[in-house]
Amino acid sequence: MSALPRASELGLISCHVCGLVCRDAACEGMVCPRCGTSLHRRKTASFARTWALLIAAFILYIPANVLPIMRTASLGDVDDNTIISGVMELWAKGSPDLAVIVFTASILVPLTKFLVLSTLLISAKRRSQWARPQRARLYRLVEFVGYWSMLDVFVVALMTALVQFGFFSLVAPLPGVIYFGLTVVLTMLASMSFDPRLIWDDKGDDD
Amino acid sequence: MTDQSTTPQDGELPQPVVRHRRVGVSLIWLVPILAAVVGISLMVHAWMQAGPVITISFKTAEGLTANKTPVTYKSVVIGKVRKIRLSRDHSHVEVRVDLDKSAENFATAGTRFWVVRPRIGLGGVSGIGTLLSGAYIGVDVGDSKKPQHEFKGLEFPPSVTHDVSGRSFVLHSSDLGSLDVGSPVYYRRIQVGQVASYRLDKDGQGVSIQIFVDSPYDRFVSVSSRFWNASGVDVSLGANGLKLDTQSLATVLAGGVAFQSPQGPHDSSPAKEDASFRLFGDEATAMAPPDGPPHYIRMRFDQSLRGLTVGAPVEFLGVDFGKVVSIRMDYDEKTQRFPLIVGAVVYPQRLGRANEKLVALAKARGDNADLSHMVGMLVAHGLRAQARTGNLLTGQLYIALDFLPNAAKVNYNPDVRPLEIPTAPGSFDKLQEQLAEIVTKIQKVPFDSIGQHLNSTLADLDKTLKQVNGQVLPQVNDTLKGAQHTLGSANNMLAGDSPLQQNLGATLDELRRMARSLRVLSDYLGVHPDALIRGRRADPKLMQPAPAATSNASQGSKP
Repeated sequence: MSALPRASELGLISCHVCGLVCRDAACEGMVCPRCGTSLHRRKTASFARTWALLIAAFILYIPANVLPIMRTASLGDVDDNTIISGVMELWAKGSPDLAVIVFTASILVPLTKFLVLSTLLISAKRRSQWARPQRARLYRLVEFVGYWSMLDVFVVALMTALVQFGFFSLVAPLPGVIYFGLTVVLTMLASMSFDPRLIWDDKGDDD
Repeated sequence: MTDQSTTPQDGELPQPVVRHRRVGVSLIWLVPILAAVVGISLMVHAWMQAGPVITISFKTAEGLTANKTPVTYKSVVIGKVRKIRLSRDHSHVEVRVDLDKSAENFATAGTRFWVVRPRIGLGGVSGIGTLLSGAYIGVDVGDSKKPQHEFKGLEFPPSVTHDVSGRSFVLHSSDLGSLDVGSPVYYRRIQVGQVASYRLDKDGQGVSIQIFVDSPYDRFVSVSSRFWNASGVDVSLGANGLKLDTQSLATVLAGGVAFQSPQGPHDSSPAKEDASFRLFGDEATAMAPPDGPPHYIRMRFDQSLRGLTVGAPVEFLGVDFGKVVSIRMDYDEKTQRFPLIVGAVVYPQRLGRANEKLVALAKARGDNADLSHMVGMLVAHGLRAQARTGNLLTGQLYIALDFLPNAAKVNYNPDVRPLEIPTAPGSFDKLQEQLAEIVTKIQKVPFDSIGQHLNSTLADLDKTLKQVNGQVLPQVNDTLKGAQHTLGSANNMLAGDSPLQQNLGATLDELRRMARSLRVLSDYLGVHPDALIRGRRADPKLMQPAPAATSNASQGSKP
C-alpha cells in the first residue's frame, strides 16, 4: 500500500540501543555487531507481552475497585472508602470538581487504557489499515496519560503522610491502593511493550 | 567482525552476529497468571472469611448505617451491618448483618443483639463512647449450639450478659415498686448484682422479678435469705431518736433490692440457681419471723370507729397479729343501729410457740386445728376485740385482742365463715362513759345556792372591812404616834451626852473611890487590928497613911 519502503522490505535492521543499521539476516538470535544488543525487527513478543500485561492489569483492577483504598477517621468516625464510594462521597459532599478529577483519573483513564490498548492490539493483529494515523495518536496519548493515572495512589500517600492527628483525624491506606498501583504500573508496562510500528505493518509481514 | 561494523561502506552494511539462543515459552504470561492467582486468592479469602449472614429486627434503625455500623463483642468487631430495610408491615426495621467467619458461633439461638447508643438513666450514663464513634450493635452469646439466622434485637442492653458468672434468683412481689431492669441489688450496702428482668405473673396477682447476683457474692444468698425493697427513704422516729435509713442515693431515685440473712440461727446453705424468694416491702418486715398463711377474721363494732383505718394493726396481747383490711358499715334493723364490720387479716404463726401449742392442744382434743376452734376456746375465756386508741395525738385506733376478765358471755359459733370475733367496747368508750358520769356528778353540785351564800358572806365582809377602815385604823394610828414619842424620849435619855448619863458616871467614880478607901482601911486593920481599939497610930515619917485620910476626906467632901 504504502509507497515508502520499510526496513524489512529493504532487508535492514537497526539496533535499538546504538542505532547501528545492519543487514537483516532473517534468522533468530541476531546480535548488534557494535554493542552486542539483541536485534529485533519489532519489539519481542509485543502482542503476547502487551496482552499478558493488559490482562494482568485488568484482573488486578477488580480488587483495586472492590477493596477499600483509604480509611479516614475523624473524631472516632471511621470511614473506609473504595474508589467509587470516595467519588460519590466527594460528589455528595459538595466537591463535584474534585469528584470529576478523581473519577477521570481512577476510573476513566484506566478503562480507556484497557479499551484503547485492546483495540490497538486487535486491529494491529488483524493488520487493519483503518485510521492508522489516529490509532498512532491514540497510542501516544495512552503512553502520555499513563504517568498521570497514579493520582489516587499519590493522594492516599500524601494524605496518609499529612493527616495524622491521632484521634481527631487519621488517614490510612488500605490494600485496595496496592492493587490500584499495580494496575497502573501494569497498564504502563503494557503500553510500553506494545510496538506502535505494528500499526503500520501490512498483511504478509512478519513480526 | 568489529572492523566490519566500525567501518561500514555503502551497500555493505554490517552483518549482525547470529547467536543461537534457546528461546523458551514466553515468561510474560506468568504476570497475568500471577495476577489471576492473586485475584482468585482474594476471592477465596473473602469467601472463606464470609461468616453467616443474619437478620436482626429492631424497632428503629436510629444510629445504624449500612456498610458502616460494626457488630462488636467485647469491643472486638465481629461483623458489619450490610443492609437496613423496613419490614413489610413497616412496624420495624430489618438489619442484615454479615458476621465474620470467626463469629460463626454467634449465629446461634440464645444470642442477643442490641444497639449501643448513649443512654442516660437514673442508674448512670452508658455508651458515652458512641457519641463520637457512632452506635454499634452489641452481642451477648448464649449457650445454645442451634444455628439461627433471624434475631429480634433488644431495645435495651441486657443488664446481665452471659459471660458474667453468678446466679440468678426469682423474687415474688405484689408490685414492682420503683424497681427496673438494672436496679441494683445490695448486700450489706455493697452492690452485688442487679435486677435482670421482671414480668407480671400469669394470673396477674403479682410480679416476678429476676435478679442476678454476681459471683462470688452469690454464695451469700442462702436458703433463708430475706429480700426487701430498698427503694426510698425510711424515716422512723423511735425511742432512739430520728432514724433515717436508705441504702444509697441511687436507690432513692432508681430503686433497689437488698438482702440479708436473718439474725440468729438459720439455714445458711447457699440457695440454688433460680430459687424463689419473697420480696418484702421493707427491712423490718423482711427480718420478722415468717407470717405463715393469713387468716381472715371479722369483727362487729357497735360504736364509732373514728380513727380506725385500713392497715391499722391488730394486736394480740400486744403482739402484732395482723392488720385491718376493710371497714364497712352495716344496718341492724332490729336495733336501728349502724354497726361497723371490720375485716382483718391475721397471721397465727406470729404468735410463735403459743400457736404451736394451741394447735397441738386442739389436735389432742380431737378438734380440728382450725383457727376458729382455737379461738372459740379463747373466746370462752374472755377473748374480745377492742378498738383502742393507739396514738393520743392523732386519735388513731388499733384493734386489740385481749382477755377481758368480766366480759359478757357471747354465743360463739366456730363454724361461721368468715370467723367472727366478739367485740367489747374499747377503752376509749369506757373513758367517755366515765367522763359522762363525772359530768353528771358535777351537774348535781348546787352551784346556785353556793353562789348566793357566797354573795351574802362577801357583803358581810365588806361591811366589816368598812368598819375597820373607818374606826379601828385611826385609833391604831394615834397609838402608834404615842409609842413613837415615848421611844423618842427614851432615846434622848439614853444618849451619851445626857445629864442622866453624866450623873451616873460621877456617881460611879465616887463609888470607885469609896471602894479604894475601904480597901486601904481593911488593909490597915489587917495589919493593925488594934487600931479599932486604940485608934490610929501616928504615922511614920516616910509612910504617911495619906490614902486613908484622903479617902475619908474625899468621901466627906465629894458628895
